[in-house]
Amino acid sequence: MAEAALKFEPAAETAPPLLSVDNIEVVYNDVILVLRGLSLKVPKGQIVALLGSNGAGKSTTLKAISGLLKTEDGEITRGDVTFMGERINGIEPDRIVRRGIFQVMEGRRIIADMTCLENLRLGAFTRRDNEVKSDIERVYEYFPRLKERTGLAGYLSGGEQQMLAIGRAIMSRPKLILMDEPSMGLSPLLVKEVFSIIKKLNQDLGVTILLVEQNARVALSVADYGYIMEQGKIVLDGSAEMLATNEDVKEFYLGQGGGDERKSFKNLKSFKRRKRWL
Amino acid sequence: MQSQLLLQLIINGLIIGTLYGVVGMCFVLIYKASQVVNFAQGEFLLIGAWTCWWLLTAWNIPFFWGFLIAVCFMMVFGIAVQMIVLRPLIGEPIISVIMVTIGLSIFFQALMKWMFGTFAQPFPPIFPVAQVNILGLQVQTAYLMSTGVSLAIMAGFAWFFKYSRLGLAMRATAFSQQVAQSLGISVRQVFALSWGISAAVSAVAGVVVGIVNGVSSALSYFGIKVFPAVILGGLDSVFGAVVGGLIVGLLENLGQYVDSQYLKWGNLYEIIPFYALIIILMIKPYGLFGTRDIERV
Repeated sequence: MAEAALKFEPAAETAPPLLSVDNIEVVYNDVILVLRGLSLKVPKGQIVALLGSNGAGKSTTLKAISGLLKTEDGEITRGDVTFMGERINGIEPDRIVRRGIFQVMEGRRIIADMTCLENLRLGAFTRRDNEVKSDIERVYEYFPRLKERTGLAGYLSGGEQQMLAIGRAIMSRPKLILMDEPSMGLSPLLVKEVFSIIKKLNQDLGVTILLVEQNARVALSVADYGYIMEQGKIVLDGSAEMLATNEDVKEFYLGQGGGDERKSFKNLKSFKRRKRWL
Repeated sequence: MQSQLLLQLIINGLIIGTLYGVVGMCFVLIYKASQVVNFAQGEFLLIGAWTCWWLLTAWNIPFFWGFLIAVCFMMVFGIAVQMIVLRPLIGEPIISVIMVTIGLSIFFQALMKWMFGTFAQPFPPIFPVAQVNILGLQVQTAYLMSTGVSLAIMAGFAWFFKYSRLGLAMRATAFSQQVAQSLGISVRQVFALSWGISAAVSAVAGVVVGIVNGVSSALSYFGIKVFPAVILGGLDSVFGAVVGGLIVGLLENLGQYVDSQYLKWGNLYEIIPFYALIIILMIKPYGLFGTRDIERV
Protein backbone atom coordinates (compact mmCIF):
# COMPACT_ATOMS: atom_id res chain seq x y z
CA MET A 1 0.00 0.00 0.00
CA ALA A 2 2.75 2.36 0.88
CA GLU A 3 4.40 1.64 -2.45
CA ALA A 4 1.26 2.41 -4.38
CA ALA A 5 1.02 5.71 -2.58
CA LEU A 6 4.55 6.52 -3.65
CA LYS A 7 3.91 5.60 -7.23
CA PHE A 8 0.81 7.69 -7.71
CA GLU A 9 2.04 10.71 -5.91
CA PRO A 10 0.55 13.81 -7.58
CA ALA A 11 2.95 15.76 -9.79
CA ALA A 12 4.92 18.31 -7.85
CA GLU A 13 4.07 21.96 -8.37
CA THR A 14 7.63 22.75 -9.38
CA ALA A 15 9.20 21.74 -12.72
CA PRO A 16 9.59 17.97 -13.10
CA PRO A 17 13.01 16.68 -12.10
CA LEU A 18 15.60 15.82 -14.75
CA LEU A 19 15.72 12.27 -13.49
CA SER A 20 13.27 10.46 -11.34
CA VAL A 21 13.53 6.91 -10.12
CA ASP A 22 10.21 5.54 -8.97
CA ASN A 23 9.99 2.57 -6.70
CA ILE A 24 12.41 0.36 -8.60
CA GLU A 25 13.25 -3.18 -7.74
CA VAL A 26 16.45 -4.71 -9.10
CA VAL A 27 17.22 -8.40 -9.25
CA TYR A 28 20.56 -9.96 -10.16
CA ASN A 29 20.67 -13.38 -11.81
CA ASP A 30 16.89 -13.65 -11.43
CA VAL A 31 17.21 -14.40 -7.71
CA ILE A 32 19.22 -11.82 -5.79
CA LEU A 33 17.01 -8.91 -4.83
CA VAL A 34 19.22 -5.86 -4.39
CA LEU A 35 16.98 -2.80 -4.63
CA ARG A 36 13.63 -3.10 -2.90
CA GLY A 37 11.55 -0.19 -4.01
CA LEU A 38 13.95 2.68 -4.30
CA SER A 39 12.80 6.15 -5.29
CA LEU A 40 14.76 9.32 -5.76
CA LYS A 41 14.65 12.54 -7.75
CA VAL A 42 17.47 14.52 -9.28
CA PRO A 43 16.47 18.11 -10.11
CA LYS A 44 18.14 19.81 -13.04
CA GLY A 45 21.37 21.65 -12.29
CA GLN A 46 21.89 20.19 -8.83
CA ILE A 47 24.39 17.87 -7.23
CA VAL A 48 22.60 15.05 -5.45
CA ALA A 49 24.53 12.73 -3.17
CA LEU A 50 23.57 9.12 -2.60
CA LEU A 51 25.16 7.81 0.58
CA GLY A 52 25.17 4.52 2.33
CA SER A 53 27.32 1.71 3.60
CA ASN A 54 28.91 -1.04 1.53
CA GLY A 55 26.39 -3.32 -0.11
CA ALA A 56 23.50 -0.92 0.36
CA GLY A 57 22.93 -0.88 -3.40
CA LYS A 58 24.35 2.52 -4.34
CA SER A 59 26.30 1.32 -7.37
CA THR A 60 23.39 -0.84 -8.42
CA THR A 61 21.17 2.22 -8.38
CA LEU A 62 23.54 4.05 -10.73
CA LYS A 63 23.79 1.03 -13.03
CA ALA A 64 20.02 0.73 -13.08
CA ILE A 65 19.84 4.32 -14.30
CA SER A 66 22.63 4.01 -16.89
CA GLY A 67 21.46 0.62 -18.11
CA LEU A 68 24.80 -1.03 -17.36
CA LEU A 69 22.92 -3.41 -15.10
CA LYS A 70 22.29 -5.50 -18.19
CA THR A 71 26.00 -6.22 -18.58
CA GLU A 72 26.03 -7.73 -15.10
CA ASP A 73 22.96 -9.93 -15.45
CA GLY A 74 20.82 -7.53 -13.47
CA GLU A 75 17.34 -6.40 -14.31
CA ILE A 76 14.81 -3.80 -13.16
CA THR A 77 11.80 -5.93 -12.34
CA ARG A 78 9.50 -3.20 -11.10
CA GLY A 79 9.22 0.56 -11.17
CA ASP A 80 10.32 3.23 -13.61
CA VAL A 81 13.36 5.31 -14.38
CA THR A 82 12.29 8.53 -16.08
CA PHE A 83 14.75 10.90 -17.71
CA MET A 84 13.51 14.20 -19.17
CA GLY A 85 9.96 12.92 -19.10
CA GLU A 86 10.74 9.64 -20.89
CA ARG A 87 10.91 6.17 -19.45
CA ILE A 88 14.40 4.80 -19.95
CA ASN A 89 14.49 1.48 -18.16
CA GLY A 90 15.13 -1.44 -20.44
CA ILE A 91 16.95 0.67 -23.04
CA GLU A 92 20.42 -0.44 -24.18
CA PRO A 93 23.17 1.37 -22.25
CA ASP A 94 24.72 2.93 -25.37
CA ARG A 95 21.38 4.55 -26.23
CA ILE A 96 21.08 5.93 -22.72
CA VAL A 97 24.49 7.58 -23.18
CA ARG A 98 23.16 9.15 -26.37
CA ARG A 99 20.25 10.58 -24.39
CA GLY A 100 22.67 12.39 -22.11
CA ILE A 101 23.39 10.21 -19.10
CA PHE A 102 27.06 9.36 -18.63
CA GLN A 103 28.30 7.11 -15.84
CA VAL A 104 31.80 7.49 -14.43
CA MET A 105 32.17 3.96 -13.15
CA GLU A 106 33.63 2.89 -9.87
CA GLY A 107 37.37 2.37 -10.07
CA ARG A 108 37.73 4.82 -12.98
CA ARG A 109 37.73 2.12 -15.68
CA ILE A 110 39.84 4.13 -18.08
CA ILE A 111 41.18 2.21 -21.04
CA ALA A 112 44.67 1.29 -19.88
CA ASP A 113 46.20 0.46 -23.25
CA MET A 114 45.25 3.76 -24.83
CA THR A 115 46.73 7.22 -24.38
CA CYS A 116 45.00 10.02 -22.48
CA LEU A 117 44.03 11.70 -25.72
CA GLU A 118 42.50 8.53 -27.14
CA ASN A 119 40.52 8.03 -23.95
CA LEU A 120 39.21 11.58 -24.19
CA ARG A 121 38.30 11.14 -27.86
CA LEU A 122 36.37 8.01 -26.97
CA GLY A 123 34.43 10.03 -24.43
CA ALA A 124 33.09 11.99 -27.38
CA PHE A 125 32.17 8.80 -29.25
CA THR A 126 28.46 9.63 -29.39
CA ARG A 127 29.05 13.15 -30.70
CA ARG A 128 29.09 14.02 -34.36
CA ASP A 129 29.88 17.74 -34.13
CA ASN A 130 33.24 19.30 -34.84
CA GLU A 131 33.84 20.87 -31.45
CA VAL A 132 35.58 17.82 -30.05
CA LYS A 133 38.99 19.47 -30.37
CA SER A 134 37.97 22.57 -28.43
CA ASP A 135 36.38 20.36 -25.78
CA ILE A 136 39.64 18.46 -25.37
CA GLU A 137 41.32 21.82 -24.75
CA ARG A 138 38.66 22.59 -22.18
CA VAL A 139 39.33 19.32 -20.36
CA TYR A 140 43.03 20.22 -20.35
CA GLU A 141 42.10 23.55 -18.76
CA TYR A 142 40.38 21.70 -15.95
CA PHE A 143 43.16 19.14 -15.63
CA PRO A 144 46.41 20.71 -16.87
CA ARG A 145 48.46 17.72 -15.85
CA LEU A 146 46.66 15.41 -18.26
CA LYS A 147 48.12 17.40 -21.12
CA GLU A 148 51.65 16.53 -20.05
CA ARG A 149 50.90 12.80 -19.96
CA THR A 150 51.51 11.38 -23.40
CA GLY A 151 52.04 7.74 -22.46
CA LEU A 152 49.50 5.00 -21.91
CA ALA A 153 46.70 5.84 -19.51
CA GLY A 154 47.37 2.64 -17.55
CA TYR A 155 50.56 4.21 -16.20
CA LEU A 156 48.80 7.27 -14.76
CA SER A 157 48.51 7.67 -11.01
CA GLY A 158 45.16 7.00 -9.37
CA GLY A 159 44.33 10.70 -9.13
CA GLU A 160 45.21 11.31 -12.74
CA GLN A 161 43.11 8.34 -13.79
CA GLN A 162 40.15 9.78 -11.89
CA MET A 163 40.68 13.12 -13.62
CA LEU A 164 40.83 11.35 -16.96
CA ALA A 165 37.61 9.51 -16.15
CA ILE A 166 35.89 12.80 -15.31
CA GLY A 167 37.42 14.39 -18.41
CA ARG A 168 35.99 11.58 -20.49
CA ALA A 169 32.57 12.36 -19.03
CA ILE A 170 32.94 16.04 -19.94
CA MET A 171 33.78 15.04 -23.51
CA SER A 172 30.41 13.39 -24.00
CA ARG A 173 28.61 16.65 -23.05
CA PRO A 174 26.10 14.87 -20.84
CA LYS A 175 23.08 16.38 -19.18
CA LEU A 176 23.54 14.12 -16.17
CA ILE A 177 26.74 12.56 -14.85
CA LEU A 178 26.47 9.57 -12.55
CA MET A 179 29.61 9.41 -10.45
CA ASP A 180 30.46 6.27 -8.56
CA GLU A 181 32.88 6.90 -5.71
CA PRO A 182 35.22 9.45 -7.23
CA SER A 183 37.19 9.51 -3.97
CA MET A 184 38.12 5.83 -4.10
CA GLY A 185 41.78 5.25 -3.35
CA LEU A 186 42.75 8.91 -3.41
CA SER A 187 44.72 10.86 -0.83
CA PRO A 188 42.69 13.38 1.22
CA LEU A 189 44.29 16.24 -0.71
CA LEU A 190 43.34 14.74 -4.06
CA VAL A 191 39.83 14.03 -2.82
CA LYS A 192 39.50 17.73 -2.06
CA GLU A 193 40.78 18.62 -5.52
CA VAL A 194 38.49 16.18 -7.32
CA PHE A 195 35.43 17.40 -5.43
CA SER A 196 36.22 21.05 -6.06
CA ILE A 197 36.35 20.16 -9.74
CA ILE A 198 33.02 18.35 -9.49
CA LYS A 199 31.50 21.47 -7.93
CA LYS A 200 33.09 23.61 -10.62
CA LEU A 201 31.74 21.41 -13.40
CA ASN A 202 28.28 21.74 -11.95
CA GLN A 203 28.58 25.54 -11.76
CA ASP A 204 30.42 26.21 -15.05
CA LEU A 205 28.74 23.75 -17.37
CA GLY A 206 25.42 23.45 -15.58
CA VAL A 207 25.69 19.67 -15.65
CA THR A 208 23.57 17.79 -13.14
CA ILE A 209 25.41 15.25 -11.02
CA LEU A 210 24.26 12.23 -9.06
CA LEU A 211 27.09 11.33 -6.75
CA VAL A 212 27.59 8.04 -4.94
CA GLU A 213 30.07 8.24 -2.10
CA GLN A 214 31.43 6.50 0.94
CA ASN A 215 33.02 9.71 2.08
CA ALA A 216 29.82 11.34 3.35
CA ARG A 217 31.46 14.45 4.74
CA VAL A 218 33.04 15.60 1.51
CA ALA A 219 30.03 14.52 -0.56
CA LEU A 220 27.62 16.56 1.57
CA SER A 221 29.97 19.54 1.37
CA VAL A 222 29.41 19.86 -2.40
CA ALA A 223 25.91 18.43 -2.72
CA ASP A 224 22.62 20.32 -2.72
CA TYR A 225 20.52 17.38 -1.66
CA GLY A 226 21.25 13.96 -0.25
CA TYR A 227 19.72 10.52 0.02
CA ILE A 228 20.82 7.87 2.46
CA MET A 229 20.15 4.28 1.57
CA GLU A 230 20.32 1.04 3.42
CA GLN A 231 19.62 -2.48 2.21
CA GLY A 232 18.19 -1.40 -1.10
CA LYS A 233 15.95 1.38 0.15
CA ILE A 234 16.14 5.07 0.82
CA VAL A 235 15.94 5.54 4.56
CA LEU A 236 16.48 9.26 4.86
CA ASP A 237 16.67 12.23 2.57
CA GLY A 238 16.96 15.96 2.88
CA SER A 239 19.00 18.97 1.95
CA ALA A 240 22.74 18.56 2.35
CA GLU A 241 22.85 20.98 5.30
CA MET A 242 20.05 19.19 7.01
CA LEU A 243 21.75 15.80 6.58
CA ALA A 244 25.11 17.14 7.71
CA THR A 245 23.57 18.26 10.98
CA ASN A 246 21.29 15.26 11.50
CA GLU A 247 22.31 13.44 14.64
CA ASP A 248 22.01 9.93 13.18
CA VAL A 249 23.90 10.80 10.02
CA LYS A 250 26.56 12.44 12.12
CA GLU A 251 26.94 9.33 14.14
CA PHE A 252 26.81 6.65 11.47
CA TYR A 253 28.33 8.35 8.46
CA LEU A 254 30.35 11.30 9.65
CA GLY A 255 31.88 9.62 12.68
CA GLN A 256 30.91 12.43 15.02
CA GLY A 257 29.10 12.27 18.33
CA GLY A 258 27.54 9.23 19.88
CA GLY A 259 31.01 8.06 20.78
CA ASP A 260 30.23 7.36 24.40
CA GLU A 261 27.53 4.83 23.62
CA ARG A 262 29.75 2.64 21.51
CA LYS A 263 32.63 1.93 23.80
CA SER A 264 31.75 -1.74 24.26
CA PHE A 265 30.04 -4.53 22.38
CA LYS A 266 27.36 -4.59 25.03
CA ASN A 267 25.77 -1.56 23.39
CA LEU A 268 26.10 -2.83 19.85
CA LYS A 269 22.57 -4.13 19.69
CA SER A 270 20.97 -0.86 20.50
CA PHE A 271 23.30 0.75 18.00
CA LYS A 272 22.02 -1.54 15.31
CA ARG A 273 18.45 -0.93 16.26
CA ARG A 274 18.89 2.79 16.22
CA LYS A 275 20.42 2.66 12.81
CA ARG A 276 17.13 1.75 11.16
CA TRP A 277 15.18 4.86 10.50
CA LEU A 278 12.22 3.35 8.77
CA MET B 1 71.97 -21.70 -59.01
CA GLN B 2 71.16 -22.83 -55.51
CA SER B 3 71.47 -19.39 -53.98
CA GLN B 4 69.22 -18.20 -56.78
CA LEU B 5 66.64 -20.79 -55.74
CA LEU B 6 67.02 -19.85 -52.10
CA LEU B 7 66.50 -16.18 -52.88
CA GLN B 8 63.46 -17.00 -54.98
CA LEU B 9 61.99 -19.04 -52.13
CA ILE B 10 62.65 -16.27 -49.63
CA ILE B 11 60.87 -13.76 -51.85
CA ASN B 12 57.96 -16.16 -52.28
CA GLY B 13 57.90 -16.74 -48.54
CA LEU B 14 57.72 -13.04 -47.80
CA ILE B 15 54.94 -12.51 -50.32
CA ILE B 16 52.87 -15.44 -49.05
CA GLY B 17 53.79 -14.34 -45.53
CA THR B 18 52.22 -10.91 -46.00
CA LEU B 19 49.06 -12.65 -47.20
CA TYR B 20 49.07 -14.88 -44.12
CA GLY B 21 49.64 -11.73 -42.10
CA VAL B 22 46.61 -10.02 -43.63
CA VAL B 23 44.33 -12.99 -43.06
CA GLY B 24 45.85 -13.35 -39.58
CA MET B 25 44.92 -9.74 -38.82
CA CYS B 26 41.33 -10.53 -39.82
CA PHE B 27 41.37 -13.50 -37.49
CA VAL B 28 42.75 -11.42 -34.63
CA LEU B 29 40.24 -8.65 -35.35
CA ILE B 30 37.35 -11.00 -34.69
CA TYR B 31 39.04 -12.58 -31.69
CA LYS B 32 39.87 -9.25 -30.09
CA ALA B 33 36.47 -7.69 -30.64
CA SER B 34 34.25 -10.61 -29.77
CA GLN B 35 36.51 -13.32 -28.23
CA VAL B 36 35.44 -15.76 -30.93
CA VAL B 37 38.03 -18.03 -32.52
CA ASN B 38 36.73 -18.12 -36.04
CA PHE B 39 37.45 -21.44 -37.71
CA ALA B 40 35.48 -20.31 -40.75
CA GLN B 41 38.09 -17.70 -41.68
CA GLY B 42 39.36 -19.81 -44.60
CA GLU B 43 35.83 -20.02 -45.99
CA PHE B 44 35.70 -16.23 -46.17
CA LEU B 45 38.64 -16.45 -48.60
CA LEU B 46 36.88 -19.19 -50.50
CA ILE B 47 33.53 -17.43 -50.80
CA GLY B 48 35.20 -14.14 -51.72
CA ALA B 49 37.26 -15.81 -54.45
CA TRP B 50 34.28 -17.70 -55.87
CA THR B 51 32.16 -14.55 -55.89
CA CYS B 52 34.82 -12.63 -57.77
CA TRP B 53 35.40 -15.56 -60.16
CA TRP B 54 31.68 -15.85 -60.84
CA LEU B 55 31.31 -12.13 -61.51
CA LEU B 56 34.27 -12.24 -63.90
CA THR B 57 33.34 -15.38 -65.83
CA ALA B 58 29.54 -15.32 -65.82
CA TRP B 59 29.03 -11.59 -66.22
CA ASN B 60 32.26 -10.55 -67.95
CA ILE B 61 32.73 -7.68 -65.55
CA PRO B 62 36.17 -6.03 -65.67
CA PHE B 63 38.46 -7.36 -62.96
CA PHE B 64 38.61 -4.10 -60.99
CA TRP B 65 34.84 -3.86 -60.61
CA GLY B 66 34.36 -7.55 -60.02
CA PHE B 67 36.98 -7.40 -57.30
CA LEU B 68 35.35 -4.37 -55.70
CA ILE B 69 31.85 -5.86 -55.80
CA ALA B 70 33.12 -9.14 -54.33
CA VAL B 71 34.82 -7.30 -51.46
CA CYS B 72 31.71 -5.21 -50.74
CA PHE B 73 29.55 -8.32 -50.91
CA MET B 74 31.80 -10.06 -48.40
CA MET B 75 31.55 -7.09 -46.06
CA VAL B 76 27.76 -7.46 -46.06
CA PHE B 77 28.11 -11.24 -45.88
CA GLY B 78 30.36 -11.05 -42.81
CA ILE B 79 27.95 -8.70 -41.05
CA ALA B 80 25.04 -10.99 -41.94
CA VAL B 81 26.82 -14.07 -40.58
CA GLN B 82 27.51 -12.26 -37.34
CA MET B 83 23.98 -10.96 -36.99
CA ILE B 84 22.16 -14.15 -37.94
CA VAL B 85 24.40 -16.87 -36.56
CA LEU B 86 26.59 -15.42 -33.84
CA ARG B 87 24.51 -12.68 -32.25
CA PRO B 88 22.08 -15.11 -30.63
CA LEU B 89 25.09 -16.89 -29.13
CA ILE B 90 26.37 -13.88 -27.18
CA GLY B 91 26.79 -14.98 -23.58
CA GLU B 92 26.91 -18.69 -24.43
CA PRO B 93 30.00 -20.72 -23.44
CA ILE B 94 32.98 -20.00 -25.66
CA ILE B 95 33.29 -23.65 -26.68
CA SER B 96 29.76 -23.61 -28.14
CA VAL B 97 30.57 -20.56 -30.19
CA ILE B 98 33.74 -22.18 -31.51
CA MET B 99 31.83 -25.31 -32.46
CA VAL B 100 29.39 -23.12 -34.36
CA THR B 101 32.24 -21.56 -36.37
CA ILE B 102 33.49 -25.05 -37.21
CA GLY B 103 29.97 -25.89 -38.33
CA LEU B 104 29.87 -22.74 -40.44
CA SER B 105 33.16 -23.75 -42.02
CA ILE B 106 31.83 -27.18 -43.04
CA PHE B 107 28.55 -25.72 -44.24
CA PHE B 108 30.14 -23.05 -46.42
CA GLN B 109 32.61 -25.48 -47.94
CA ALA B 110 29.83 -27.86 -48.89
CA LEU B 111 27.74 -24.97 -50.19
CA MET B 112 30.57 -23.75 -52.40
CA LYS B 113 31.20 -27.25 -53.74
CA TRP B 114 27.51 -27.60 -54.49
CA MET B 115 27.34 -24.25 -56.26
CA PHE B 116 30.62 -24.23 -58.16
CA GLY B 117 31.75 -27.84 -58.31
CA THR B 118 34.74 -29.56 -56.84
CA PHE B 119 37.27 -28.74 -59.55
CA ALA B 120 39.71 -25.86 -59.42
CA GLN B 121 38.67 -23.11 -61.79
CA PRO B 122 41.29 -20.73 -63.16
CA PHE B 123 40.63 -17.01 -63.18
CA PRO B 124 40.48 -15.47 -66.64
CA PRO B 125 43.82 -13.82 -67.43
CA ILE B 126 43.91 -10.52 -65.60
CA PHE B 127 47.39 -9.19 -66.09
CA PRO B 128 49.04 -8.92 -69.51
CA VAL B 129 51.95 -10.99 -68.23
CA ALA B 130 51.61 -13.73 -65.64
CA GLN B 131 55.11 -13.28 -64.28
CA VAL B 132 57.55 -10.43 -64.18
CA ASN B 133 61.29 -10.58 -63.89
CA ILE B 134 62.71 -8.63 -60.96
CA LEU B 135 66.50 -8.79 -60.62
CA GLY B 136 66.58 -12.14 -62.31
CA LEU B 137 63.77 -13.56 -60.14
CA GLN B 138 60.42 -14.69 -61.48
CA VAL B 139 57.57 -13.14 -59.51
CA GLN B 140 53.88 -13.69 -60.22
CA THR B 141 52.20 -10.42 -61.17
CA ALA B 142 49.28 -11.34 -58.93
CA TYR B 143 51.71 -11.69 -56.03
CA LEU B 144 53.17 -8.26 -56.75
CA MET B 145 49.65 -6.88 -56.63
CA SER B 146 48.92 -8.84 -53.47
CA THR B 147 51.99 -7.46 -51.73
CA GLY B 148 50.96 -3.94 -52.66
CA VAL B 149 47.40 -4.55 -51.51
CA SER B 150 48.55 -6.30 -48.32
CA LEU B 151 50.84 -3.45 -47.34
CA ALA B 152 48.04 -0.98 -48.05
CA ILE B 153 45.66 -3.02 -45.90
CA MET B 154 48.18 -3.16 -43.06
CA ALA B 155 48.71 0.59 -43.23
CA GLY B 156 44.94 0.98 -43.34
CA PHE B 157 44.51 -1.16 -40.24
CA ALA B 158 47.18 0.84 -38.41
CA TRP B 159 45.45 4.10 -39.28
CA PHE B 160 42.02 2.73 -38.49
CA PHE B 161 42.92 1.58 -34.98
CA LYS B 162 44.97 4.64 -34.13
CA TYR B 163 42.87 7.50 -35.43
CA SER B 164 39.38 6.55 -36.55
CA ARG B 165 36.39 6.81 -34.25
CA LEU B 166 35.22 3.27 -34.96
CA GLY B 167 38.73 1.86 -34.61
CA LEU B 168 39.01 3.38 -31.15
CA ALA B 169 35.58 1.98 -30.34
CA MET B 170 36.78 -1.49 -31.36
CA ARG B 171 39.82 -1.22 -29.13
CA ALA B 172 37.61 -0.06 -26.28
CA THR B 173 35.33 -3.05 -26.82
CA ALA B 174 38.35 -5.37 -26.83
CA PHE B 175 39.48 -3.81 -23.54
CA SER B 176 36.12 -4.17 -21.79
CA GLN B 177 32.66 -4.48 -23.20
CA GLN B 178 31.14 -2.86 -20.15
CA VAL B 179 33.42 0.16 -20.40
CA ALA B 180 32.68 0.44 -24.11
CA GLN B 181 28.96 0.47 -23.43
CA SER B 182 29.37 3.08 -20.73
CA LEU B 183 30.96 5.30 -23.38
CA GLY B 184 27.97 4.94 -25.67
CA ILE B 185 29.49 2.34 -27.97
CA SER B 186 27.08 -0.25 -29.27
CA VAL B 187 28.91 -3.51 -28.72
CA ARG B 188 26.60 -5.30 -31.16
CA GLN B 189 27.56 -2.89 -33.92
CA VAL B 190 31.25 -3.32 -33.14
CA PHE B 191 30.89 -7.11 -33.36
CA ALA B 192 29.07 -6.88 -36.67
CA LEU B 193 31.59 -4.42 -38.04
CA SER B 194 34.54 -6.57 -37.04
CA TRP B 195 33.06 -9.56 -38.87
CA GLY B 196 32.31 -7.39 -41.89
CA ILE B 197 35.83 -5.99 -42.13
CA SER B 198 37.33 -9.39 -41.46
CA ALA B 199 35.34 -11.07 -44.22
CA ALA B 200 36.00 -8.29 -46.73
CA VAL B 201 39.75 -8.24 -46.19
CA SER B 202 39.89 -12.04 -46.25
CA ALA B 203 38.14 -11.92 -49.61
CA VAL B 204 40.97 -9.77 -50.97
CA ALA B 205 43.45 -12.45 -49.96
CA GLY B 206 41.17 -15.15 -51.38
CA VAL B 207 41.01 -13.48 -54.79
CA VAL B 208 44.79 -13.05 -54.93
CA VAL B 209 45.48 -16.68 -54.06
CA GLY B 210 42.72 -17.71 -56.43
CA ILE B 211 44.37 -15.86 -59.30
CA VAL B 212 47.63 -17.72 -58.74
CA ASN B 213 46.42 -21.20 -57.87
CA GLY B 214 42.91 -21.26 -59.28
CA VAL B 215 39.77 -21.21 -57.15
CA SER B 216 38.91 -24.42 -55.34
CA SER B 217 38.02 -25.53 -51.85
CA ALA B 218 41.77 -25.91 -51.23
CA LEU B 219 41.63 -22.15 -50.60
CA SER B 220 40.00 -22.68 -47.24
CA TYR B 221 43.14 -24.54 -46.21
CA PHE B 222 44.68 -21.08 -46.07
CA GLY B 223 42.52 -20.38 -43.06
CA ILE B 224 44.08 -23.34 -41.23
CA LYS B 225 47.58 -22.23 -42.24
CA VAL B 226 46.83 -18.86 -40.71
CA PHE B 227 46.18 -20.51 -37.38
CA PRO B 228 49.86 -21.19 -36.54
CA ALA B 229 50.70 -17.69 -37.74
CA VAL B 230 48.22 -16.15 -35.35
CA ILE B 231 49.07 -18.34 -32.37
CA LEU B 232 52.74 -17.67 -33.03
CA GLY B 233 52.26 -13.92 -32.94
CA GLY B 234 49.87 -14.05 -29.99
CA LEU B 235 46.14 -14.48 -30.43
CA ASP B 236 45.32 -10.94 -29.41
CA SER B 237 48.00 -8.95 -31.19
CA VAL B 238 47.34 -7.46 -34.63
CA PHE B 239 51.03 -6.69 -35.07
CA GLY B 240 51.89 -10.20 -33.90
CA ALA B 241 49.62 -11.64 -36.61
CA VAL B 242 51.65 -9.86 -39.28
CA VAL B 243 54.97 -11.02 -37.86
CA GLY B 244 53.61 -14.53 -37.37
CA GLY B 245 52.37 -14.56 -40.96
CA LEU B 246 55.79 -13.55 -42.28
CA ILE B 247 57.50 -16.19 -40.14
CA VAL B 248 55.15 -18.94 -41.33
CA GLY B 249 55.52 -17.87 -44.97
CA LEU B 250 59.31 -17.89 -44.71
CA LEU B 251 59.40 -21.16 -42.76
CA GLU B 252 57.33 -22.94 -45.37
CA ASN B 253 59.59 -21.94 -48.20
CA LEU B 254 62.83 -22.47 -46.32
CA GLY B 255 61.48 -25.84 -45.22
CA GLN B 256 60.86 -26.68 -48.83
CA TYR B 257 64.41 -25.64 -49.70
CA VAL B 258 65.97 -27.80 -46.99
CA ASP B 259 63.67 -30.65 -47.92
CA SER B 260 64.37 -30.56 -51.63
CA GLN B 261 68.11 -30.07 -51.26
CA TYR B 262 69.01 -32.30 -48.34
CA LEU B 263 66.30 -34.26 -46.56
CA LYS B 264 64.08 -35.45 -49.43
CA TRP B 265 61.18 -36.16 -47.06
CA GLY B 266 58.77 -34.53 -49.41
CA ASN B 267 56.26 -32.94 -47.02
CA LEU B 268 58.14 -30.43 -44.95
CA TYR B 269 56.46 -27.49 -46.72
CA GLU B 270 53.12 -28.39 -45.23
CA ILE B 271 54.07 -29.28 -41.70
CA ILE B 272 57.01 -27.13 -40.75
CA PRO B 273 54.82 -24.24 -39.53
CA PHE B 274 53.20 -26.60 -37.05
CA TYR B 275 56.58 -27.88 -35.81
CA ALA B 276 57.64 -24.28 -35.30
CA LEU B 277 54.35 -23.58 -33.56
CA ILE B 278 54.94 -26.36 -31.04
CA ILE B 279 58.48 -25.21 -30.31
CA ILE B 280 57.54 -21.53 -29.93
CA LEU B 281 54.59 -22.34 -27.70
CA MET B 282 56.88 -24.36 -25.44
CA ILE B 283 59.10 -21.31 -24.98
CA LYS B 284 56.47 -18.57 -25.09
CA PRO B 285 53.03 -20.01 -24.31
CA TYR B 286 51.26 -16.73 -25.05
CA GLY B 287 52.83 -16.24 -28.46
CA LEU B 288 55.49 -13.74 -29.38
CA PHE B 289 53.39 -10.62 -28.80
CA GLY B 290 50.37 -11.91 -26.92
CA THR B 291 49.33 -10.72 -23.50
CA ARG B 292 49.43 -13.15 -20.63
CA ASP B 293 45.86 -13.07 -19.44
CA ILE B 294 44.12 -14.38 -22.51
CA GLU B 295 42.29 -17.65 -22.46
CA ARG B 296 43.62 -20.67 -24.26
CA VAL B 297 41.11 -22.67 -26.21
